[in-house]
Amino acid sequence: MSPKVEISFTLNGTERTVAVAPDMSTLAMLREVIGLTGTKYACGEGECGACTVIVDGLSLNSCLMFAADCDGRSVTTVEGVVDTPVGERLRDAFVQAGAVQCGFCTPGMMVQAKHLIDSLGASLDREAIKRGIEGNLCRCTGYVKIVDAIAAAAQPKE
Amino acid sequence: MTVDTYVAPKRLDEALEAMRGGRATILAGGTDLMPQSQSGKTPLGRRLVNVRRVAELHGVVLANGALHIGALTTISELMASELVRRHLPILGEACEHFASSQIRNAATLGGNVCNASPAGDTLVPLVALGAAVELASKPNGAVSTRTVPLAEFVVGPGRTRREPMELLTAVLVPLPAAGSVQRFYKFGTRLGLDISAISLGLAAVREGRTLRQVRLALGAVAPTPMRSPGAEAALEGRPLETGVIEAAAAAARDDARPISDVRASAWYRRELVHNMVKRMLTDVAEG
Ligand SMILES: Cc1cc2nc3c(=O)[nH]c(=O)nc-3n(C[C@H](O)[C@H](O)[C@H](O)COP(=O)(O)OP(=O)(O)OC[C@H]3O[C@@H](n4cnc5c(N)ncnc54)[C@H](O)[C@@H]3O)c2cc1C
Ligand code: FES
Ligand code: FES
Repeated sequence: MSPKVEISFTLNGTERTVAVAPDMSTLAMLREVIGLTGTKYACGEGECGACTVIVDGLSLNSCLMFAADCDGRSVTTVEGVVDTPVGERLRDAFVQAGAVQCGFCTPGMMVQAKHLIDSLGASLDREAIKRGIEGNLCRCTGYVKIVDAIAAAAQPKE
Repeated sequence: MTVDTYVAPKRLDEALEAMRGGRATILAGGTDLMPQSQSGKTPLGRRLVNVRRVAELHGVVLANGALHIGALTTISELMASELVRRHLPILGEACEHFASSQIRNAATLGGNVCNASPAGDTLVPLVALGAAVELASKPNGAVSTRTVPLAEFVVGPGRTRREPMELLTAVLVPLPAAGSVQRFYKFGTRLGLDISAISLGLAAVREGRTLRQVRLALGAVAPTPMRSPGAEAALEGRPLETGVIEAAAAAARDDARPISDVRASAWYRRELVHNMVKRMLTDVAEG
């Protein structure tokens, strides 16, 4: 057994201190140590985006990130995303557009969409959305409704 | 082996100190290290040294006639860098083809170079640009550095000339001269998350219709990214005419030493090299 590393970071706006094995992934920490299961494990190797989280304003695959590297940083998961105005718009737009079938890709899609809207704002067009979700696989919807949903959520309501 | 020490130093000096004992594994973005350590392909060493917090290793600066790219600069940061856009367009272009948004936000240039994959996207443009790597270590208490041309640094798939106590600190790219022409080409089935069947990088200085200081780099056609001495000799100092272009394309095809795999046969890769070098040079001649 490796000795544990104690880390402190901000998770969805709240300070957390946890002890993790040095080789543990951020995904395993979120699901198994902290018990936040919105972030999904699918491929476990960076191909599918189901595990996407936002760290210090940038989206990353949490299955590729060492948990110890969260120390001192700010991590936002899908549970934190839905608590924001953009997250609420995304949730409503995904339901409206019928962009959810089995739902397994949805948390990762919403987190990546939040990152895209935050960084590109209203200039986020369909091409940029398609480019931006290249790292998020969906085996059900065929993507059109997901792109529709993100495009709708990118336009703030009056 | 299990990791018995994890450190995340903030200063270069401390990082080098942590590597002195040997058996240390360096962690940058983790996008190669996590899957490779979990599958057992590269088990982690006794010490895991996370260098992401070392400020000296981040960012792109222009100094003494060279672009100095910190090893921890991410692919996303390279794409956003004004210096890269202006002086090293083929490096920026190669980054456009790199994986996905999430991976570009984590993956570092130093990690890409040290991972030394035959499909590493930054290697071909960097070899074409004549890049070198800077390595630092602290063998007996004092920091020592050395510089190795990138083309010599990578010796095989996943193998480099880095010594176990050495940290790659920066990639140095000589500032391209006025009149620099650069071209990059990657053959794959789609833009992102794709491993290239071949890639090509060309950097040269144009004087009228003539190219000088020609470097043509070929990727995924040999165990390491390679230059094509035949094509470079065919082009150097000659006007870019049809016969010269054809001779260079044929020489590049003959220099390539590809294998057959699921992505393409060796024959197909050679034909791709010939046809794409020809197209690239025709484009330069017309441009
Ligand atoms: C799904 C997926 C898709 C990918 N697509 C692409 C792609 O399209 N193109 C491409 O080129 N690559 C691709 N990669 C590979 C990977 O993302 C890159 O090689 C990346 O640049 C590695 O950087 P990193 O910072 O994540 O390295 P890490 O994983 O942290 O490290 C990689 C290796 O280099 C060593 N190392 C890292 N930094 C240093 C340093 N400063 N000094 C000494 N040693 C060091 C580490 O010890 C380790 O052995 C992909 C990977 C995945 C998982
Ligand atoms: S589970 Fe992380 S990318 Fe698939
Ligand atoms: S809804 Fe099933 S994978 Fe996307």
